[in-house]
Amino acid sequence: MDSVRSDPPGSAPRIPLALKILIAGGFGAGKTTLVSALSEVRPLQTEEILTGAGIGTDDVSGVEQKATTTVAMDFGRITINEDLQVYLFGTPGQDRFWFLWDELAFGALGAVVLADTRRLADCFPSIDYFEQRNIPFVVGVNCFEGSRRFSLESVRDALDLDPDVPMVLCDARDRQSGKLLLISLVEHVARQRGEPVPVP
Amino acid sequence: MRAESPGPQHEWLDAAAGPVVRPYTLTGGRVRPAVEGFDLVAFVLAAPAADPTGQPGLQPEHRRLVERARRPVAVADLAAELDLAVGVVRVLLGDLLARGLVAVHEPRATAYLPDESILKAVVSGLRAL
Repeated sequence: MDSVRSDPPGSAPRIPLALKILIAGGFGAGKTTLVSALSEVRPLQTEEILTGAGIGTDDVSGVEQKATTTVAMDFGRITINEDLQVYLFGTPGQDRFWFLWDELAFGALGAVVLADTRRLADCFPSIDYFEQRNIPFVVGVNCFEGSRRFSLESVRDALDLDPDVPMVLCDARDRQSGKLLLISLVEHVARQRGEPVPVP
Repeated sequence: MRAESPGPQHEWLDAAAGPVVRPYTLTGGRVRPAVEGFDLVAFVLAAPAADPTGQPGLQPEHRRLVERARRPVAVADLAAELDLAVGVVRVLLGDLLARGLVAVHEPRATAYLPDESILKAVVSGLRAL
């Protein structure tokens, strides 16, 4: 497999660097909304196919008789410059699709975990997942209309978060708000490397 | 993932899981590409003189993939643009790779972290949005 990042001298088009950021959280926490708010293109959707028949095989003769189903995955794109793109992937919301997370998380820069204070426990599995794999993440507390407002500290306590995990109040529908979430994540990643990103 | 077939009553078959589909007709029943890889953000680039027309065994979708890949394009974007499942796109890309019609540029592995200048570029790029 050709995995060369740099280009041969001369002609060939340059291959952009793609950074992957996951948008996680419980079902209905606003993942799709956030991806839509941030993506420069209409939110794209792709599907993974689940097939119980195909696991571990290269060929499924008679696949037409085996049931398959698809899981829709939202993703969006932000072009930083011609050599650098950020891809946002909404994680599948249902527990039974956990195995798809490993693929999504491969090489990911980090994750945004959206928390809905009305159903805070829904984001526990996401937080566990990223903590266990040492994937940097920030928690966005989505301020739904009509949802009870809690202090960030009380949410942090309820989530049992490490003190260094950034928490940001956000509105998943709002692009500026979403931008601040992503900036918070990238700065968190930089801090973990011991190289703070200076505020201009 | 369980190794045994879950049988006809899949627990993931319901409204939330989406429609039941038979998408592997395109791939001749193959559910995995000939080689591993094809990350969602791997970039595919057609070989400079790639001409998939007249190649036996290639579907129209193969040709559409090559055309889209005249410029570097990510696997996820290919799947969305062609409205095909990622699994199907991977199998078709495997065919193209085996014929030397495309090159695939995989992203760096998990341990890789972009250097400081890249993180700075991302932050300033986001601020400028």
